[in-house]
Amino acid sequence: MAVPPFGPPSLDQLRREVDRLFNNFLSELPEAGLGLTSRNRIPVNVWETPEAFVVEAEVPGVTTDQVDISVVGSELTLRVNRPQPANEGVTYHRRERQTGECSRVIRLPGEFDVDRIQADLQNGVLTITLPKAETVRPRKIQVNVR
Amino acid sequence: MRHQHGGKRMAQPQPEHLRGDRYYSPPVDIVEKGDEILLIADVPGTKSEDIDIQFEDGMLTVHAKVNPRYPEGVEFLQQEYGVGDYLRTFQVSEAIDASKISAEYENGVLTLHLPKAASLRRRKIEVTAKG
Repeated sequence: MAVPPFGPPSLDQLRREVDRLFNNFLSELPEAGLGLTSRNRIPVNVWETPEAFVVEAEVPGVTTDQVDISVVGSELTLRVNRPQPANEGVTYHRRERQTGECSRVIRLPGEFDVDRIQADLQNGVLTITLPKAETVRPRKIQVNVR
Repeated sequence: MRHQHGGKRMAQPQPEHLRGDRYYSPPVDIVEKGDEILLIADVPGTKSEDIDIQFEDGMLTVHAKVNPRYPEGVEFLQQEYGVGDYLRTFQVSEAIDASKISAEYENGVLTLHLPKAASLRRRKIEVTAKG
């Protein structure tokens, strides 16, 4: 931990401190008013079945070549590039839809079989199925009657 | 064009409507382009046959049905959005040729073409040279 210097803080220090506070505050707002920090984010729903983890994201307007999925360890990285609409000769009266690039890292709570991951994009909904590794799958043990 | 529901996609109870379920207000872009106004709405998870668009008395209503898609009794490890029908109503102040409204649905995005009424279209006036 840094030891603060003795004496009144300089203006510069103070400003840095305020900036830091402000940044922290902004980044914690999930839907900041102007969308400064949160304009581009990918909300996800994640659930678990006995066989797999499933990650779902709504990515309207995106085609398969604008989605990039990669896996490292137990982390899934999702990168989406929403096309920028043509701006020439048009007037925007309202602009609420997200455009541009955004990414998201999702940590899954168990091991999965990387070779059998499946991703499906339908009507703007991306569903990624990550089959659980054999070791974490619930196993039914047969009891033999003698 | 003015919108009536909030811009963010939030649950909007509309008890007077249909089944009294929750509705989500889809984010939209409203774009003026030449002789038409485009209304582009993010409505992922629906199907073209489940989208209902009505235009009456200057009010444009978009309702899209979304079928439940999660397994029964699902327990989310992370849940950041809800899934349900979309509903949003717009007041259209410009003169729109209602008989020529068209719509398409692709990749979860609904695009409505609202052609301006003939009286509002930009018209180029030819200047004829005299003698």
